[in-house]
Amino acid sequence: MDLITQNIPALIVVTPLVMGLLTGIFGRKAAGWWMAMGTTSAVLAMAVQLLVNVLNSGTLQVTYQMGNWPAPFGIVYVVDPLNASVLTVVALIGAVVTLFARKSTLNEVPQDRAHFFWAIWQFCMVGLLGITITGDAFNLYVLLEISSLSTYTLVAMGKGRDRRALTAAINYVVLGSIGACFYLLGIAYLYMVTGSLNIADIHHILTTKVYPTWATDAPLYHKTVVAGFAFMAVGLSLKLALFPLHTWLPNAYTYAPSAVSALLASTATKVGAYAFIRVLYSLVGIDFAFSHLHTDQVLLVCAGLAIVVGSAMAIRQQNVKKLLAYSSIGQIGYICMGFALANQDGLTASVIHIFNHALTKGGMFMALGCVAYRVGGTRLEHLRGLGRQMPWTMAAFTAGGMGLIGVPLTAGFVSKWYLVSGAIGAGQVLWAGVVLVGSILALIYTWRCVEAIYFGQRAEGAPVVREAPLTMLVPTLLLAGASVYFGIDTRTTTEIAGTAARFLLGATP
Amino acid sequence: MQLVLDYYNYWVCIILMMVGFYGVMAKTNLVKKAISLGLFQTGILVFYITIGKIEGGTAPVNVAAKGGEVIYTNPLPHALMLTAIVVGVATLAVAMAIVVNIRQTYGTVDEHDIHLLEHEMPD
Amino acid sequence: MKDNVLMRVAARWNIPFMVMFALYTQVHGELGPGGGFQAGVIIAAAFILYGMVFGAAEMRRIVPRKVTDIAAVLGVLIYAGTGVYALLNGYQFMDHVALMPSNPGAAEPWGMTSVEYGVGITVSAVMITIFNEITEGTDEPRLGGDTEIVPAPQENKTEIG
Repeated sequence: MDLITQNIPALIVVTPLVMGLLTGIFGRKAAGWWMAMGTTSAVLAMAVQLLVNVLNSGTLQVTYQMGNWPAPFGIVYVVDPLNASVLTVVALIGAVVTLFARKSTLNEVPQDRAHFFWAIWQFCMVGLLGITITGDAFNLYVLLEISSLSTYTLVAMGKGRDRRALTAAINYVVLGSIGACFYLLGIAYLYMVTGSLNIADIHHILTTKVYPTWATDAPLYHKTVVAGFAFMAVGLSLKLALFPLHTWLPNAYTYAPSAVSALLASTATKVGAYAFIRVLYSLVGIDFAFSHLHTDQVLLVCAGLAIVVGSAMAIRQQNVKKLLAYSSIGQIGYICMGFALANQDGLTASVIHIFNHALTKGGMFMALGCVAYRVGGTRLEHLRGLGRQMPWTMAAFTAGGMGLIGVPLTAGFVSKWYLVSGAIGAGQVLWAGVVLVGSILALIYTWRCVEAIYFGQRAEGAPVVREAPLTMLVPTLLLAGASVYFGIDTRTTTEIAGTAARFLLGATP
Repeated sequence: MQLVLDYYNYWVCIILMMVGFYGVMAKTNLVKKAISLGLFQTGILVFYITIGKIEGGTAPVNVAAKGGEVIYTNPLPHALMLTAIVVGVATLAVAMAIVVNIRQTYGTVDEHDIHLLEHEMPD
Repeated sequence: MKDNVLMRVAARWNIPFMVMFALYTQVHGELGPGGGFQAGVIIAAAFILYGMVFGAAEMRRIVPRKVTDIAAVLGVLIYAGTGVYALLNGYQFMDHVALMPSNPGAAEPWGMTSVEYGVGITVSAVMITIFNEITEGTDEPRLGGDTEIVPAPQENKTEIG
C-alpha cells in the first residue's frame, strides 16, 4: 500500500496508459468498458487522495521526480492546490462519464471498433491528467498532443451517426495542431533565454536574471521573452477555445458521440484553461504578463466578447447540442475573465467555475445523450414535450440550465458571485456588467429549451418514449445533483479554490 | 542583406513555417492542408535544431576519449525534436486517416465541395 | 510495381541491408547516436519498401494486422514495464538503478536499452500499421509510383457516400 501512496503522481498517469494499451488488445466486447471503468475509478481514488495529501502538507506542494532525476534536469511532477483540484475534476468527470458511456456508446460507436474506442478514451485521460500534473513545459506539450490526438479520434468516431463528425474532426486537427505548434515555438523562445524546460526553474531564471535587467540600459532578451509568451498564449487560447479562436469547438462538440461531448466539454477545455493559468502565473509570472505587457486587457476583452457572442450565438441554434457548445464558449469566457482579473476573488471564481461548469455542462450533455438514446436526435423539436415522458432526465437538464444562468442555490451562482465581486474589487465594473448580460442571454437560451421541454407538445404520431436506462440516468442525476449540492453547500469548493488562488498569487512575488 | 546572410538558418525556419501556414489557411484540398501542417511543424523542428547548434560543435559522444576539451552541440533540443517528430507523425497519421474517411463518405477531399454538401443537411 | 524488374531486384537487394542497418542503430542506441525510434523507422521503411514493390496485399500477408497491433502494444508495455518494475522495487518510477542496484552506473544503460527496444518495436509496428491502413482496399499502392501512370484513383469508392 505504501508503494501506491508514495507513487500516486506517477501512477495516476501510468495506470490509464497501461490499461489503455491492454484494452486495445483484450478489450473486445464488454471487457473494454469494464477495463475503462476500473481505470477511471482507480484514477478518481488516487486524485482524491492526492488532493487530501496536498492540502494536508505544510508547503501545499507534492513533488515527484521521474527516474529520480532532480528538478531542472529531469521531469518532475508537481502537485499544488490548483492542479490537485483540476485533477480531481478530470478524474471525477472521467469516472462518471465512463459509467454513462456504456449504454450511450452502444448505438453511437461502431461496435467492432469498441475496444479501440475504450483504449483511446483512456489515452485521452492520460493526456488530460498528465497536462495537469506535470511541472515540465515540454512534457506539457507532449501530453497536450496525446490528449488532443485522442480527442480528434474520439470526435471522428461520431461518423456513424452523422458524417459531419469527420469534417469537424479535421477542422479540429488543423487548428489544434497549429495551437500546439505555437505553444512548442513559445517554449523554444523561452528555452533560448533560460536554457531550462522546468516551469519553476524557468520562472526562477526569468524573475532573478532576466526581468531585473529590463529597467536598465542593457535589457536582456526582451523581445525573445515577449515573442515566446505571445506564441504560448495564442497556442493555448486555441486549445481552450477562447473567443476569436473558438471556431473548431461547436461542430466538434455537436457531432461527437454524446459521451465524448460530455467528457470533452467538461474536461478538455478546462485543462486548457488550467495550462493557461499555469503559463501566466507560474511560468512567466503576472508581473510580466499583466503589469508589463498588459495581456490582462486583451484577455478581458476576449473573455467579455466570448461571453456575449457565445451566449448570443447559442440563442439562435436549433440543435441543442450545438446550443450547449456555444454556451461552453461563453462559459470559457467566465473562466478566462476570472484569471485575467488577477485578484483573489477573480482567481477563486476561475477555479470554482472550472469545477462547477464541468459538473453543469457534463450533466447537461449527458442528459442530451439520454435523449439521443431514446428519441434519436437532439434538435429542439426532439426535446419538445419530453418533460412528461422523461421527467428525471429533463429535471437534470433543467437543473444544469439553471446553473448556466447562475440562479441562486445552483453551482453557477457561486462562481458568478465571486467573479462579479472580483471584477468590482479590481475596479472593472464594465466587466461585472458583462457577466450580468451573459446571465440574461443564458436565461434566454435556457428558456427556449425549457419551454420546448415542458410546454411543447410531442409531434403527431411520435412514439411514446420511456425514461433513459438506469446506468445512463444515475450518472446524469449524479452530476446534476452535485451541481445543485455545491450551489448550496459551498464550503468545500470555495475553500479549496481559495487556497489555490492564494497559493498562485503568493507564488508569484 | 547582412541580416539575411547572418541569420540564414532562422530565415529558413521562417520561410518554411510561413509556407506551411499559408498552405493550411489557403488550400482547400484537405490532403494539401495536411502536408502544409507537416511543413509548419518542420519549420519548428529546424528552429529547435538551430538554437541548439554551436558553430564547430560536434556530437557529444565519447567526449572523454577526445581529451575532454571539445565543443559540442547541445543535444537536448535534438532529443526534444525527436519527440516532436513522433508527435508530428502521429498528427499526420490521424489527419490522413480522417481524410481517407472523408473521401469514402463524401466522395471528395475538397473543402468547398464538402461545404456545399453539408449546406443542405439540417443542423 | 510488381512487374517492374528493376524495382523488384533493387528492393530484394536493399531490404536485407536496411534491416541490418536498423538493427545496428538499435543495438548502439543506448549510449550513442541512434536508438529505438530511428531503428523502428528504418525497419518499417524496409517493410514499406517491400509493400510498395510487391503490393499491399502481399504486405498484409507477411505482417497481418494482429501482429502489428500486438507488437505496438508490447513495445509500450516494455517501456512502461521498465518504469513500473523500478516502482515495484521501491524506487521512483523509471529509476533505472532498480535494474542493478549494486552498480548504478551500469544500470542506466540497461534501463535505456530496455526502453529503446520497447520504442523500436512500437515505432516499427505503428509505421507499418499506418501504411497498411492507408493502403487498405488498394491492390496497387499508389505511393511513389513515378515510373508508371496510375489510372484515376478508385472511382468505385465514391458510391459508399
